[in-house]
Amino acid sequence: MFATARAVVERDLLLALRRKSDIGIALLFFVIVTSLFPLGVGAEPNLLRSIAPGVIWVAALLASMLSLDRLFAADHADGTLEQMLLAGAPLGVIAVAKVLAHWLVAGLPLVVLAPLIALQYDLAPALYGTLALSLALGTPVLSMVGAIGAALTLGLRGGGILLSLLVLPLYVPVLIMGAGSVELASAGLSPAGQLLLLAAALVAAAAFAPWAIAAALRISTE
Amino acid sequence: MSLQAANLECVRGRRLLFRDVSFSLGAGELVRIAGDNGSGKTSLIRILCGLLSPSAGEVRWNGEPIAELREEYSTQLVYLGHAPALKDDLTAAENLSFARRIAGHDADQNLVRDALATLGLANPDMPVKKLSQGQRRRVALARLALPDAPPLWLLDEPFAALDPNAARGVERLIEEHRSRGGAVAYTTHQPSGIDAGVTRVVTLGGLA
Repeated sequence: MFATARAVVERDLLLALRRKSDIGIALLFFVIVTSLFPLGVGAEPNLLRSIAPGVIWVAALLASMLSLDRLFAADHADGTLEQMLLAGAPLGVIAVAKVLAHWLVAGLPLVVLAPLIALQYDLAPALYGTLALSLALGTPVLSMVGAIGAALTLGLRGGGILLSLLVLPLYVPVLIMGAGSVELASAGLSPAGQLLLLAAALVAAAAFAPWAIAAALRISTE
Repeated sequence: MSLQAANLECVRGRRLLFRDVSFSLGAGELVRIAGDNGSGKTSLIRILCGLLSPSAGEVRWNGEPIAELREEYSTQLVYLGHAPALKDDLTAAENLSFARRIAGHDADQNLVRDALATLGLANPDMPVKKLSQGQRRRVALARLALPDAPPLWLLDEPFAALDPNAARGVERLIEEHRSRGGAVAYTTHQPSGIDAGVTRVVTLGGLA
């Protein structure tokens, strides 16, 4: 069962390495969007510091959404998804593997890059850890929730737009908790509460998303 | 080993494709699913795999409904659909290795390369995007040449896009599989060398 999941993760990472543009586009989007704000609102340090958590989190959220519609679509189009449905492992396990690969490609680079982006906003170095931790806890939730939407809209005409409409409202709590944790830390308060809520959201998503993704995939491929 | 299709009915959209389709497939048997375009051959194969739920009736594997067996049943079959299930950016060998690994086997490179060679693919390290349609089909069909292929083969148009030599190779694989006690159900539009040896023909159509 886990050998199957490992095979899926390794294959998706290999495919991402062969098509580097998939990783590059999301990262470039993240960098460009976050770089536009200081240019647009001006270089006033206090203003930049105050908007930094929200801007970085919104950009990360949108960047992780960029590749969502391709999460299952390519496998669906070339018949690989059918073979996965017929694999010897439960579909939920394969769904987790797909989500993990998606996060490693689309989420983890954002976590790594975020402290560098924070430099542009004059965010205090002491906040880099909170920012990275909030993204490390929050972006997997975005990937899992997004995967449910991607599975539900698989094969639908205009599925990309529908996916955004489905998923964005569900991202709001993660956004509030993620950005809120950095804001609390910047105000000198403990971000532990928000981070624990994010961790709880991650646990809840990890428990329910595989089942939901598997069910949605079965419906979409019938 | 026995696959039973009992009173299967399939409705796609509002269109009834077939109803009351019943047959069995046992060890060493070969069933050809025949019918015009749009008669539901692919839908029937997908129902037999468990990828599609029938509107009525059920499929049983060794007497148990496949809907209850799920993964236990999946490990017993090879399904080859219209789409080759190949990634353009991976090589032929990498694609076949992945197919083996998600089926729960190791990625023994010797077995993979032997299987590809059996289907006449001389360069297993060439990316699939550089292969012709027929060569892609051969890569997909190479799963049949693996020594640990499961007992039940459900093949949708296995001879499509193949040249006569490759088609004969696939026919030989099917005959060898039957001689080992395997069972095969296939759809095809074109005459093939195995047609004469079929155990039974399931003909769809006539409802439109």
